[in-house]
Amino acid sequence: MIRSFRLIAALIVGLAVSAGAYAGAYADGGVPLPSPAKATGATCVEPADIMRRNHMDFLKQQRDETMHLGIRDGKYALNGCVECHATDDPKTPAAVKTIEPFCGECHAYAAVKLDCWSCHTDKPATGSAKK
Amino acid sequence: MTKRCPTDTVRRQVLVGASALAGVALTPGFVLMTAPKAAAKTASEAATDKTRWGLLIDTGKLDKAACDALVAACNAEHGLKPASRAEASAQWVRRVDIKDKTTGATKSLPVMCQHCENPPCADVCPTGASFRRADGIVLVDKHICIGCRYCMLACPYKARSFGYEPVSDQKPSSPHGVGTVSACTLCVHRVDVGGIPACVEACQGIAPGAMLFGDLKDPDSAISKKVSEIMVTRIRADLGVEPGVLYAGL
Amino acid sequence: MAKVEFREVEGRSGEYYTLLGGLAFLAACGLGAAAYTDHVGHIITGMGNAIPWGIPHVFAIFLIVAASGALNVASIGTVFGKVMYKPLARLSGLLAFCLLAGGLSILVLDLGRPDRLVISMTHFNLKSIFVWNINFYMGFFAVVAAYLWVSMDWRLTGLTKPVGILAFMWRLALTSCTGWVFGFIVARQGWDAAVMAPMFIVLSFAYGLAIFLLVLMASSAWTRRPLGDAVVKKLKNLLGVFVAGGLYFAVVQHLTNMYATEHHGFTRFILLEGGAFTTMFWIGQVLIGSVLPMILVWYPGTAGSRQAVGLACVSVVIGGLSQMFVTIVGGLAYPLVLFPGMEVSSSFFDGVVNSYSPSIWEITLGIGGIAIALLMLTIAIKFLRFLPVDLSDEVADPHHRKIEAADSEVVAEAAEAA
Repeated sequence: MIRSFRLIAALIVGLAVSAGAYAGAYADGGVPLPSPAKATGATCVEPADIMRRNHMDFLKQQRDETMHLGIRDGKYALNGCVECHATDDPKTPAAVKTIEPFCGECHAYAAVKLDCWSCHTDKPATGSAKK
Repeated sequence: MTKRCPTDTVRRQVLVGASALAGVALTPGFVLMTAPKAAAKTASEAATDKTRWGLLIDTGKLDKAACDALVAACNAEHGLKPASRAEASAQWVRRVDIKDKTTGATKSLPVMCQHCENPPCADVCPTGASFRRADGIVLVDKHICIGCRYCMLACPYKARSFGYEPVSDQKPSSPHGVGTVSACTLCVHRVDVGGIPACVEACQGIAPGAMLFGDLKDPDSAISKKVSEIMVTRIRADLGVEPGVLYAGL
Repeated sequence: MAKVEFREVEGRSGEYYTLLGGLAFLAACGLGAAAYTDHVGHIITGMGNAIPWGIPHVFAIFLIVAASGALNVASIGTVFGKVMYKPLARLSGLLAFCLLAGGLSILVLDLGRPDRLVISMTHFNLKSIFVWNINFYMGFFAVVAAYLWVSMDWRLTGLTKPVGILAFMWRLALTSCTGWVFGFIVARQGWDAAVMAPMFIVLSFAYGLAIFLLVLMASSAWTRRPLGDAVVKKLKNLLGVFVAGGLYFAVVQHLTNMYATEHHGFTRFILLEGGAFTTMFWIGQVLIGSVLPMILVWYPGTAGSRQAVGLACVSVVIGGLSQMFVTIVGGLAYPLVLFPGMEVSSSFFDGVVNSYSPSIWEITLGIGGIAIALLMLTIAIKFLRFLPVDLSDEVADPHHRKIEAADSEVVAEAAEAA
């Protein structure tokens, strides 16, 4: 009984130590924090910290207003986001401007699947020409 | 002749004056109530049921070439491309050729979503994605469409198409994609900012007067005036769905 | 009639694991086909804008209709008090549950956006018959689970009859609503009929009982538990009656259509000119699905044979799938009548009979759904006491003792006279 208790205690301590080492290994060299591409516009419609937390709610509210009421000049319209935030993808040299380098960065980090671009275009209306 | 009492004279003057004053005050109100409705909706206004958007199609002024041109205009406006299988290509508006079996007479006309008053597609949609907006435009909210295709079974006009393969490079004002149902939107992105549908605009060039777009609830709109003068038909009027697309010359 | 015992299937033999493995493999293939279709899009299937519902829906609706009918055996025992059916109630309830699960899994997996299932559970358009169906299906699971619980828990057996009555009413409503999925569609010539609801109810009786009888005979044979002729005879006769009922409704539907000139086009299409659909109707639905089973279960030469009864059940299943194909895909293939009396043509397949060639992906999904249902059943009978131990005539037949007693009296009298 005491022997198994010691065994369990040793197991817990061992796990804790290795977890610490594990975390230590990822503190520098694990998954890097996201660095979304810089937008082309001047300022966003909301400050970055508010947007980071609430952009999904803004978009959802806006989509219902546009879809069901036909209000098309809302400041949270998705097309507006694409216009400013579409940038060249640094990974592919001759790429077209899309919003993917911007949205994709944080969404990949947070592992939240993006559903928008199966229906909405991720390229700005002003030009899908190559850079 | 009796002499008029001074009180009567004063009373008469007061009455006349008051009536004149009332007339002056009330006339603007009368004028306002019978005045034509305000201009088309702007981008920041919500759609209301004071409007019912409608289309009048004069089939006498359309031939096969004109129909094909307006179909092409729709496809260009919305970025609709053919799919790798003919049965899977989205067709929001199509040219239909009809021939009378007994007389042999033929005609071509465009058929698109008829934007019904009582749309069967909206009745059967399990999530409410298929819905009728207050101003009469029937739309698919692709955010909540689960892709069951029941609305495609229910539509009497076969107006709906399904997304069979992933698409890219959509037009910013016409989102559509794989797994959801789409149909003619009456170019709601144009109408909402005071414009007219792309097919109507294309028709103005190639077959003037063939398509008329406007507010059926506004008695002074061109379409309301026209449909009160001529006899119009609705496809499958017997179903009682009350389409917003009216045809002349059928 | 002796008290019937139930016991779990031991489930440790090579045959059991082979069955389990085979069903799991088929189910996995179905899931894989659905995943691939979801990934690449429905372009790889044979469905198109003219025929948006195809083989997956044929299988799914067949299973859903059969699920409701499979509960019938339990209802006859519990609600109508027929003693011989009572030992079969647990298997009947379990089969109903599993078949519905299998059918619904096909439907859900075929959706264009199955990831949005939560939306369909939270956004309800109450005018949609689909929504009524969804709610009835969920409720069916709950009611059948409750029924099985009160049947199997000795402390609650007093509740069996009320819950059984609720289950019976529930499935009548559910199957009517399933028929109304098509009956409410005003647009299509082949649907839009009130007869759809009662027709689906009678079809459910036939399909459900056929599958139940197959499962009963197979499970008894493979677990080497006795199954007497009395039970089989009762069930096969009932099957014949239900198949006849289904045929009656088909006759009513088409004869009525033949009278109204408006419906002549669709009736000609199904009965004469529909090519594959006509073949499926006459050979699949009528000959194999209705006439052959009736002959097999009632013709004295075959009526006594287990193989003939099994073949009759398989024929009913084939006929049921054919009937669902003719109803669903045939109803879609026949063109919409936009301009009555006119010849119509367009680039969107107006005025022509639409063709449909199912792809391997849809067929795999359909078979996968059946496999999911049977897999659930196979696992369930191992862990809980669904299968009766002994359904031989001595145990299951309530009239058996009387016949024995009467026989022994005759023998005694003969012995005395001699």
